[in-house]
Amino acid sequence: MSIEARARRASDSRFARAGTVAATRSATLTIARVPAARLIRTILRPSLPCARLCLLHTILPFMDKTATHVPHAHELPHEHHEELGFWRKYVFSTDHKVIGIQYAVTGLLFLLFGFCLMMLMRWQLAYPGKPIPLIGAWLGQSRAPMGIMLPEFYNQLGAMHGTIMVFLGVVPLAVGGFGNFVMPLQIGAPDMAFPKINMMSYWVYFIGGVVMLASFFPTTGAAQSGWTSYAPLSVITATSGQTFWLVGMIFLITSSLLGSINFITTIVQLRAKGLSYMRLPFFVWAQFVTSFLLLLAFPPLEAAGILQLMDKVAGTSFFLPSGLVISGKPLAVAGQGNPLLWQHLFWFLAHPEVYVLILPAMGIVSEIIANNTRKPLWGYKALVYSVVFLGFMSFIVWAHHMFMTGMGTVMSAFFQTTTMIISIPSVVILTALLLSLWGASIRFTTPMLFSLAFLPMFGIGGLTGLPLGLAPSDIHLHDTYYVIGHFHYVVAPGTIFALFAGVYYWFPKATGRTMNELLGKLHFWGSLVCINLVFMPMFVQGLAGMNRRMYDGGAQYAHNQTVLHWNVVQGYAAWGLGLFQLFFIINFFMSIKWGKVVDKNPWEATTLEWSAPSPPGHGNFLTEPIVYRGPYEYSVPGAPRDFTPQFEPEKA
Amino acid sequence: MNIPYTVEERPDSGLANGKLGIWLFLASEVMLFGALFSTYIILRTGATEWPHGELNVPLGAFNTVLLISSSVTMVMAWAMLKLHNWSRHRLYLAATFVLAGLFLVNKYFEYSDHLVKGEGPWHSTFLAIYFTLTGLHGLHIVGGMVVMAYLLGPGAKLWKTNPDQFTNRIEYTGLYWHFVDLVWIFLFPVLYLL
Amino acid sequence: MHSDPASVQASLRKYVMIGGALLVFTAITVAVNLVHLSSIALAVTVALIIAIMKGSMVATVFMHLSNEKKWIYGALLLTVIFFVVLMSVPLFTLMDTIGTPQPAIGGGEHAGGH
Repeated sequence: MSIEARARRASDSRFARAGTVAATRSATLTIARVPAARLIRTILRPSLPCARLCLLHTILPFMDKTATHVPHAHELPHEHHEELGFWRKYVFSTDHKVIGIQYAVTGLLFLLFGFCLMMLMRWQLAYPGKPIPLIGAWLGQSRAPMGIMLPEFYNQLGAMHGTIMVFLGVVPLAVGGFGNFVMPLQIGAPDMAFPKINMMSYWVYFIGGVVMLASFFPTTGAAQSGWTSYAPLSVITATSGQTFWLVGMIFLITSSLLGSINFITTIVQLRAKGLSYMRLPFFVWAQFVTSFLLLLAFPPLEAAGILQLMDKVAGTSFFLPSGLVISGKPLAVAGQGNPLLWQHLFWFLAHPEVYVLILPAMGIVSEIIANNTRKPLWGYKALVYSVVFLGFMSFIVWAHHMFMTGMGTVMSAFFQTTTMIISIPSVVILTALLLSLWGASIRFTTPMLFSLAFLPMFGIGGLTGLPLGLAPSDIHLHDTYYVIGHFHYVVAPGTIFALFAGVYYWFPKATGRTMNELLGKLHFWGSLVCINLVFMPMFVQGLAGMNRRMYDGGAQYAHNQTVLHWNVVQGYAAWGLGLFQLFFIINFFMSIKWGKVVDKNPWEATTLEWSAPSPPGHGNFLTEPIVYRGPYEYSVPGAPRDFTPQFEPEKA
Repeated sequence: MNIPYTVEERPDSGLANGKLGIWLFLASEVMLFGALFSTYIILRTGATEWPHGELNVPLGAFNTVLLISSSVTMVMAWAMLKLHNWSRHRLYLAATFVLAGLFLVNKYFEYSDHLVKGEGPWHSTFLAIYFTLTGLHGLHIVGGMVVMAYLLGPGAKLWKTNPDQFTNRIEYTGLYWHFVDLVWIFLFPVLYLL
Repeated sequence: MHSDPASVQASLRKYVMIGGALLVFTAITVAVNLVHLSSIALAVTVALIIAIMKGSMVATVFMHLSNEKKWIYGALLLTVIFFVVLMSVPLFTLMDTIGTPQPAIGGGEHAGGH
């Protein structure tokens, strides 16, 4: 360590003053500025002098019992004594905060890429057959000759937009990013239970992402049979892009499985002293249930992916029925396969997957609402029981995506019933969050704006799901734009708004600086207006019968003619939405270097992560975290301040 | 920085981290093979005809014997560590490795018997599910052998520095290995006999 | 505790005995198969019962499941429930044709869903 760094460290209040709750905010403190690379370096610097850490090594495992002493404890390598090389520190780090940031940044980049794919699609839908401006020429002959999008390319955009947004964007950001960074801090752990497996799970995700991106390069194009990859179409479409998709999915699923094992073990095993299950922040409960969904629901899709891969490269017929004729030629396969088998295995995962998309978002919004209403969440127990019940139910509703496959009335009734039942815990959670606003002293910070918007947006998304979950109405609405409107409302102004809220909220913890409020509000209002203009008309179009996945926007059909004009509105709204994201991108990078410097707890929050330095060093906490009360003790009568953190000891 | 409960058990859960971790992994593996068994059920009930007698039952039964024996040697390998009998532990772990290898050799003969006749997975849905189920199972055997080789080789050093942690690793490997055996216990009658 | 040296020593014999029992049951499995049972359903049931017995022996004794902790039991219970769902529900869904138009030609496969 350099002399200046040593001197800085000596005067650095974080190291000098251990164990006190820093209630003061920002500017006067002499915390070192942390632009980009130094941010990571700070996280990896040990947060405790060696002696204290050695003491912690010995006593921490035995805090709760007087059990046998672990032999050879002092012979375990003390990592903080050795300086790790560049690659082990910044690239192949095992620190959950570095991995969380890696996941978050990669996820955000994929979200941006997936968004760009959609903006291309929106051009084709608004102006079918017109050359794409600006970049049309660069797309090449196989995709857009003379800048005019080919139908095959439109299908590729559609399939990859869905795949990338769900598997490479939202889940890595919501679970890999927020889960990894925040959860161990919120439970008072020094890191995840299996740090090396954590690192592996990020890099396997990265490889999966590279494979998915590479799928665009073969001249036959990327996967183009929807993110749902229904057989036989996905198998018979002559492109290696689909094979890339299947291989990529296997990597992504493996990454998720490794992550989920880590999350569950960490939450069960590494909670701080005094942190019982019913004192956990709701965000942790949400991540806990999400991890069980990933653990048990993903493997069937991995198996199905292997089966479809065998169909594509080994000539098997798992999903190919007998007697399939393509363009007049019978397909030369053994046959006797079942296309519905793919649908069952796919949706067995993909339904729990949508709860994987929403649960972390609900968790994030809960934290921010509690913090910015200055009162406890309404119905904590109801929230916990609901989220657990929701997780369980999510495994037995999947075939509501398959009502149109010739299902008999008994099984159809079964799935309609379970689907209606699962709406109950969702409504309980949404209602609890709404009721939390009653009598609140609301601070309209940027994270709170996004969280408040989440509530009605998720409400619309959830309510529009009801006619889809009932078979008779689904007959009319299945595969129309109504479905696209429904699920985008839950994921886009739903989950993604919550994820933005989370970025604004936890940015100070990760960097020691806040993001700019004005840019944040511009980002919010612009996004809210544009996103509703994109998705609300879809319900109108869907009710008129406009089909999904039509490269010309359904222009050929008579029943669409009255609603086609909405495609133009949606196009401009989508491109406007893209422009408003620039405020976020600029804010994000600007604030890393020039944001207002803050201390540990700028939001005056009650959960454990706010007791660690901003950003936390290696090992996270300056002293062993101990929890004395529940997670949302705001405005406690008789308390000196309007918040009583979980980690603050009882006054005598 | 030390992660607590890596070796010793957390009082309220009664578990070490690795024990919970390996069981969760096995839970996901149950769902993975479950999907393939579900595939078998659906394809077979939907088929107009299903082959019988295409597989070598004696070889399959012999493989079952090999795998069951390897499960016994695996649990003995762990037990010997608990009794601080290092040489016996090495013997049993090596025996498990060898038995696993023999299983794979048999599988090689079985596969090549079919493949030389041009009967690969493309030949029928029965062979497709047969090759996929046993192939995935075989990959899991290879994975187990890789871990065993590590614990017989460079990984064995941990016994000197942290015997409890090494014992735990053998226990977790054993749990994985018993699961691989368990899958075969269902695979064998389903594919070879029914 | 099941894994202290004294009880491990006592368990050694049990491991070998269970190993032997498994081999015997394997022989039974093959033998039963040679006896041609009346219906396929019966054959499947018998095979599954024997396999489940063998599997339980491996799980409870070799994998020490007989005295494991609550979290493990809980995770496995959830897994078993969803495993059963995965085995049965897709099959029921494909087999359920109540209320769907049936082809005029009798019998045949319901493998496709049209």
